[in-house]
Amino acid sequence: MNDITDTPRTARPAAVSDDAHAGPCTGLHLDALRIRLGATTLVALDTLIAPGEVLSVMGPSGSGKSTLLNQIIGAPAPAFQSDGQVRLDGQDLTGMGPQARHIGLLFQDDLLFPHMSVGSNLAFALPAGLRGRRARRAAVEAALAEAGMPGYADRDPATLSGGQRSRVALMRTLLSAPRALLLDEPFSRLDADLRRTMRDLVFGEVRRRRLPTLLVTHDREDAQAAGGRILDPLGRPVAPPADGDPGP
Amino acid sequence: MPVLTMGLLALLVAAGLAGVLAPAFGWFPALGHTRPGLGAWRDLFAWPGIGAATRLSVTTALAATALSLGTTMLICAAWHGTRVFAAIQRLLSPLLSVPHAAAALGLAFLISPSGWIVRLLSPWATGWERPPDILIAHDPWGLTLIAGLAAKEIPFLLLMTLAALGQMPARRSLLIAQTQGYGRVTGWLKTVFPQVYGQIRLPVYAVLAFSASVVDVALILGPTTPATLSVQVLDWLNDPQLSLRFAAAAGALLQLGLVVGLLAVWRGSELAAMRWGRGWVARGHRGRADVLWRGLALVAAGLAAAAVLGGLAGLAVWSMAGFWSFPDMLPQGFTPRAWATHWPTVADRVRDTVIIAGAATAIALALALACLEAEHRYRLKPSAREMWLLYLPLIVPQATFLTGLQMLAIASGTAGIMASVVAVHVLFVLPYVFLSLAEPWRAWDPRHALLAETLGAGPDRVFWRLRLPMLLRPILTAAAVGFAVSVGQYLPTVLIGTGRVTTLTTEAVALSSGGDRRLIGVYAIAQTAVPLLGFLAALALPALVFRNRRGLSGAT
Repeated sequence: MNDITDTPRTARPAAVSDDAHAGPCTGLHLDALRIRLGATTLVALDTLIAPGEVLSVMGPSGSGKSTLLNQIIGAPAPAFQSDGQVRLDGQDLTGMGPQARHIGLLFQDDLLFPHMSVGSNLAFALPAGLRGRRARRAAVEAALAEAGMPGYADRDPATLSGGQRSRVALMRTLLSAPRALLLDEPFSRLDADLRRTMRDLVFGEVRRRRLPTLLVTHDREDAQAAGGRILDPLGRPVAPPADGDPGP
Repeated sequence: MPVLTMGLLALLVAAGLAGVLAPAFGWFPALGHTRPGLGAWRDLFAWPGIGAATRLSVTTALAATALSLGTTMLICAAWHGTRVFAAIQRLLSPLLSVPHAAAALGLAFLISPSGWIVRLLSPWATGWERPPDILIAHDPWGLTLIAGLAAKEIPFLLLMTLAALGQMPARRSLLIAQTQGYGRVTGWLKTVFPQVYGQIRLPVYAVLAFSASVVDVALILGPTTPATLSVQVLDWLNDPQLSLRFAAAAGALLQLGLVVGLLAVWRGSELAAMRWGRGWVARGHRGRADVLWRGLALVAAGLAAAAVLGGLAGLAVWSMAGFWSFPDMLPQGFTPRAWATHWPTVADRVRDTVIIAGAATAIALALALACLEAEHRYRLKPSAREMWLLYLPLIVPQATFLTGLQMLAIASGTAGIMASVVAVHVLFVLPYVFLSLAEPWRAWDPRHALLAETLGAGPDRVFWRLRLPMLLRPILTAAAVGFAVSVGQYLPTVLIGTGRVTTLTTEAVALSSGGDRRLIGVYAIAQTAVPLLGFLAALALPALVFRNRRGLSGAT
């Protein structure tokens, strides 16, 4: 892990220190990131998300959550002004487009490409560096097996159940070998049972692959299930309700 | 890239205008005239028919536009949102793909002295034992011309209105009005129409300009002594006496003035209607004559469909008719003789028509896709000015700038070759392709692109692997629309092809003055079949390619 950063940094922002077990500069670092629309500050975050950690950003709709996601992904809407940086494992991502950032994204809709088979959807995400028809096919099959859907490669995505579609969408994101993960209300369209299963699956993969992860949601349950810190878009901690208390 | 395409459009129109302006004022080096003067205008106004021809162009254009707009609005007001409306839509939308010339030829047959209508009424009602010697098509008031134009423009305006209605809370507006006691038609006109009209204003202007300057329909259905101004301009251009080109250029400019004047008059009427309408809304009349209006709307829609579809059916029968005596409704026998005799020539025309339409459509589609993709990549917002530019070739009368383009083409030696005809067709195909593609293109969920980019795909990969295949259906539909537009083009083909490039349409129109109904039938049916096959292909291909993709088979 250490060989990722070849330029050792001596001066680090103070905010980084709150995560003790993270290596220096590994993880997704929102370095004094501020996004404004006119005179209104929508987002002000200064924090490091460690590998395997899920940071939840919670707030009502319109509070700047998707603005934050677009900024981190590298597709900001032109109306917004921003300063500060987004760093991934020490590398400043400023000026890079979404395809160069290696940050995976999951939306609330699975957004499987409807004109491709399940297998083609997954192969679309496989890095081009993995060469050879057989090797790519094997990687797709392995991912499907991991999702509990072996032999589904030639299926039409429209014929899958909601849970299956969500799992394929997750595997597709993971197959692109992201170095960090952004979750945009990924569970909000699922019914209660499925929701629990998907949460376990997603957060399990996050920990297993040690992906620094940012979850934006307006749902407190999702945020709590993530098991990490919960902030609002302006960086203030959102107080968890007392144990057993259903909350206001 | 949009700048480039828009610039190309504007440039061609401007070149055409320049090309007509110069000879209209006596400057045409190719004919050895380099001294400016007003001789062309003297010739134009010395023509005895000038007053009547101008008047005819004005009256037929205004009447055809008012009739098509009124009927379309009435159909929507009376039936939008009902199952009957869906049926009307299914009935009228195929008419869009029928070339103007074929529709006009069909109508001419229906109402001719030996056509189906007279046959239906003879001899029991009319007493005629043989076809009467009366003139119905080519009537001196241009009534058949107006009817023929309206039958083709109603489906067009209906389609544009439907697109506009999809962008506004039409049903809720109507519902609110109805809960306040308004009748359906009155409620719709008072609440929905003002919103809709703003959206379909440009298409209405295009209809007005088209009706004022149309040539093929006017040749087939319009008055002859004199004909409308645009027909006369074409006559002069085709005259072996080359000096008449100057009068033609002046006439083409007059045509432009006419259209500009008509648009001004129409705009003035819009404002007047708006003022009157405000008062009408404020007076609060509920209007309860819905049954009457609904019936009228049905009759009007039925007439438009019957005029075109019945006419085409008549032409199909004629093309295969054996001996057909008056007043029998059907011939005594059917024979493929006319088709067999003429097929070798027809096949050549089909080939050239398909080549020209295919090339023009491919170029227009590439330009439209490039524009839309650039809009997406560089986050450009389509502006009202660009919309006007897009409509420019549809609003500036064809007779005007094509006359100019022809003079330029002759001067530069590019007249009469297929590539030039294709280039000019692109001018008219592009707006339709762009307009029909823009909405589904912009409605595509951009999160697909964003997601693909986070998976490492560049914009080109997103374009080719995701956006094009996912939008295959609307892209092919737009292509079919463009193809049909190109197939139907008469004036651009005649003027730029200078008679050396001929298509099904130019042949059909040329034959219309002759008396061989079987031959006319063959050409009109072939002319209708070619674009229809294009539409069928646009439907069949995505269904075939995506037969195993449920997510794409049912959706628009």
